[in-house]
Amino acid sequence: MDEFLVRAVLAGIGVAVVAGPLGSFVVWRRMAFFGDTLAHSALLGIAIGLAAGFNLTLGVFAACIGVALALAAISGRSAIAGDTLLGIISHGTLALGLVALAFAGSAGFNLLAYLFGDILAVTAIDLIWIYGVGAVALGTTVIIWRPLLAITVHEDLAAAEGAPVRKINLIFMLVMALVVAAAMKVVGILLVAALLIIPAAAARQFARTPEQMAVIAALIGAASVVAGLGGSLSLDTPAGPSIVVAALIGFVVSLLAPNPATRVLR
Amino acid sequence: MSALVTVQDLGFNSGGREILSHIDLGIDSGELVSLIGPNGAGKTTLIRAILGLIKPHSGSVTMRPGLRIGYMPQRLVIAPTLPLPVHRFLALGGAVSIAECRQALADVGAEDIWETQVSEVSGGEFQRMLLARALLRKPELLVLDEPVQAVDVNGQTELYDLIGSLKDSRGCSVLMVSHDLHLVMSATDRVICINGHLCCAGHPEDVSRDPSYINLFGERAVNVALYHHHHDHHHGLDGRVADGRVENPESGSGHHYG
Repeated sequence: MDEFLVRAVLAGIGVAVVAGPLGSFVVWRRMAFFGDTLAHSALLGIAIGLAAGFNLTLGVFAACIGVALALAAISGRSAIAGDTLLGIISHGTLALGLVALAFAGSAGFNLLAYLFGDILAVTAIDLIWIYGVGAVALGTTVIIWRPLLAITVHEDLAAAEGAPVRKINLIFMLVMALVVAAAMKVVGILLVAALLIIPAAAARQFARTPEQMAVIAALIGAASVVAGLGGSLSLDTPAGPSIVVAALIGFVVSLLAPNPATRVLR
Repeated sequence: MSALVTVQDLGFNSGGREILSHIDLGIDSGELVSLIGPNGAGKTTLIRAILGLIKPHSGSVTMRPGLRIGYMPQRLVIAPTLPLPVHRFLALGGAVSIAECRQALADVGAEDIWETQVSEVSGGEFQRMLLARALLRKPELLVLDEPVQAVDVNGQTELYDLIGSLKDSRGCSVLMVSHDLHLVMSATDRVICINGHLCCAGHPEDVSRDPSYINLFGERAVNVALYHHHHDHHHGLDGRVADGRVENPESGSGHHYG
């Protein structure tokens, strides 16, 4: 196997394993749009990074964290409905990023690599980033698991039982920002949310507990990476979208699977 | 003895609208207090202020230091995308052992649903599950917001009986939100009736005759409430018709069947 392919598989699996548990929370909390918003803001981070001349990965992390903090600060305090606000920030940052890139972009800048990911170009440094960030994100999620789950089930009840709701929600948003920034390398800005929600939604059919769903989502995500990369090589299709298509096929198949435990689609 | 909870001159606004104003209440040890009022009266808002989930704009809530509260929220909807067995739901509240969870579920008479997914339990089982989680806090005060919601009439009576017996066996106080005085009347020590402000408070029978209560709930509520004093016959709805207040000029035509 070629070295670049090994790196691609490692990067994809690294992201998928973290995206499984996080994506499960995104599905449970109905936050799919939030993931999209974070991803779109990443483009603005790239533009700022290019303009200011610092590391683009750092620019992406900074933009995602900035938007996550801004959303945490204004959530519930605005007269505008949450989804409208997310839509404004999501598409606003995407458009701002594209406009800023027109000014800042250098000749060799490959916009498509950011929009749709460029997993086959992942470097050893990128791998270190992905696994470092992934370890921090996964570790943090495990530590806050129970209060985060309690808040996800019912925020008031968790608060009355003493869970530090604001703190946990803030940590969750920051972890999300980290994962989105890392996942961007693999499937690109436009498809990051897909990598979070599709494996998790597919896993729902087979899970009896939240932990099972998180683990199965990670496995489905990793399998999608391998299958998508394989398909991409043999059919000469773009890698990032191919991974998402593989996950989509997994989801559709999961719908056909008999499931005595749950009746999601009643 | 000092009260477990004392609310003094509490006021709360939302979006420039006054939701609660000048609310005073106290809950003593071992007492079952029912909080009633029409929809939109601010019952849940008052509960949330007592629990410290929202900050009142005026007045104060004073809690006995270290008071352990078990809370049962109303209208809890758990996303069907979340796979969650009942025993896992119970354990989410804090550091509790499996044995404690089993005991709590047995105490509410719902040990059968231990492994059941929360998305699949019935309305009555769901409320019992919530009650069990509140009990796991080893509460000195149980705060129950509409505990019989989505439960059929027979189940409602059973659930109120269960709450009454849990109160006695555990020796805790209960603050319970309800919109129907007549169902909670027998078990309640004290009724507090609010509609944004404090309407009336006191012994249930006194409240049911209070002009401000009658004004709020109408003549019908009083009839039903008073009716419950005569437990030797069981035709609640028939009684209203038979009592002659309902205008029904064709009442004689019912004999067609005869």
